[in-house]
Amino acid sequence: MNEILNFLSDNLDVIYILTFAIFLGFEVISKIPTVLHTPLMSGSNAISGVVLIGAILLIRVTEPNNYLALAIATLGIVLGTINLVGGFAVTRRMLEMFKNKKTK
Amino acid sequence: MEIVLDVLLFVAAVLLIMGLRQLSNPDTASKGNSLAAFALFLGIVVSLVYPLETASNNYLYISVGIAVGAAIGLLSAKKVAMTAMPEMVSLFNGFGGLSAGLISLVWLINNKAAGQATEMGIVLLNLFLGLVAFIGSLVAYGKLSGKLKDGHLRIPFSTLVNLVLLLAAIAAIVVFSYNGMLTHVQLTVFAVVALLYGITFVAPIGGADMPVVISLLNSLTGITAAISGILTDNKLMLLGGVLVGSSGIILTLLMCKAMNRPLLSVIFGSFSSSKGEGLEVNGNIKEISCADLAIQLAYSDRVCIIPGYGMAVAQAQKVVKEVEVILEERGVEFKYAIHPVAGRMPGHMNVLLAEADVSYDKLLDLDDANSYLETTDVAIVVGANDVVNPSALEDPNSKIYGMPILDLAKTKNVVVLKRSMNPGYAGIQNPLFFKDNNKMLFGDAKKTLQLILSELKAA
Repeated sequence: MNEILNFLSDNLDVIYILTFAIFLGFEVISKIPTVLHTPLMSGSNAISGVVLIGAILLIRVTEPNNYLALAIATLGIVLGTINLVGGFAVTRRMLEMFKNKKTK
Repeated sequence: MEIVLDVLLFVAAVLLIMGLRQLSNPDTASKGNSLAAFALFLGIVVSLVYPLETASNNYLYISVGIAVGAAIGLLSAKKVAMTAMPEMVSLFNGFGGLSAGLISLVWLINNKAAGQATEMGIVLLNLFLGLVAFIGSLVAYGKLSGKLKDGHLRIPFSTLVNLVLLLAAIAAIVVFSYNGMLTHVQLTVFAVVALLYGITFVAPIGGADMPVVISLLNSLTGITAAISGILTDNKLMLLGGVLVGSSGIILTLLMCKAMNRPLLSVIFGSFSSSKGEGLEVNGNIKEISCADLAIQLAYSDRVCIIPGYGMAVAQAQKVVKEVEVILEERGVEFKYAIHPVAGRMPGHMNVLLAEADVSYDKLLDLDDANSYLETTDVAIVVGANDVVNPSALEDPNSKIYGMPILDLAKTKNVVVLKRSMNPGYAGIQNPLFFKDNNKMLFGDAKKTLQLILSELKAA
């Protein structure tokens, strides 16, 4: 129990961000039209590629001769980048189609 | 130096929020997407140069990883057909989840000394959620791409198995958190439990519930990204992950609402893998020929298309658009009725029709569509089934009872384009086919529509 309390007091700013971000997420996305369900989903899917940052931060502090950790982290970077880059590219492609029609 | 980077990270966070906001509006969506991408790019640059204690950097590995990932991501995003979009998004999502899981593994290897119990708990929770998101997305990918049929992965007592695995995982997280370090065997068993849970979690869900699962898994990956952010003490990850998590939950609930089913019943309900029972419907079906339908269309005032997953499979959206053009030249009013859960992911039909250049003021959502359908002369159901099934209104024993549907009871003529009399994805018989105002036109939807098109051109 004490552990948890200590953790809470050490990470109070994280908890603030967490709480506000949840509300922010609900607010920002509250009323989306059906047309945008797919682009929004794939766009937010791309944003979850932000895990790439975590993989980078961890591999930077990994010992250069710890090949197991390096291999796993590199794989993490590859997968995170696919999620990120692929996600944004796919979303862009979808939104291009919507845009073309507007100008017509 | 550090403070500059901290400020940059803060700017990235603000840009990310703005990007997401713009993404939820049709006029600014494209800009929002680029803005969000730029925000994350900024965050990545900061993470590359941020001064870290005991940093050996390993930039070579990082650059190779990013280069390979970016190449694969760009190529597959470019090559994928619009119809295969749901699968692609699932696959990307699974990769993100696995990436988060791997972050936990690296953390465990790097931090040999036992950490705080709470920290350990977070690492294990992240590993668990990441692996569940990964394997769950893979199962969803298999289902969406047709490689995995709903019946293939039938798990006996799936709800019970599910619950046991979940409880085992939670118990393991708690116990291992207090024990400090795990042995390799313990870690492997834990990972296997997570993977099994991911499979038993998604496998029984299928049919019309697919859009719910997709957005739920999406949200799950967001949550793991947020937890990874706590782990690596990066606020941008925390924020981005939470935003994805909460927006995913909203979308999930929207989908549930569209089907009038609580989330828990989607998760535990095993929608389509059980055998469809419901009422035995018997009666006569009437068929119509392409030529007759073409004539009927040409002399209608109002025509409405009801697309479903079958349209995506048959790649019929472009022919539909051609029919729209030729009928509008003849002065026929032409609309599309879009059910929120038509297709296999949220908004699936909208994307397909957009690809075929259908303007989106022609797309009616559920309420508008239902009032329009009351005065429609001919409604053509292209590969939709469960979303027009009147059992949802009439038969309290039906599994889809209570789900809002596109109601064709008052439409003058309904024509269903269908391959055969097989029940829909949800495995439920559709009494619509036996109604008086309904006629069937069997065959591949695209070919059928092409025939109608040439009849119309000849007329």
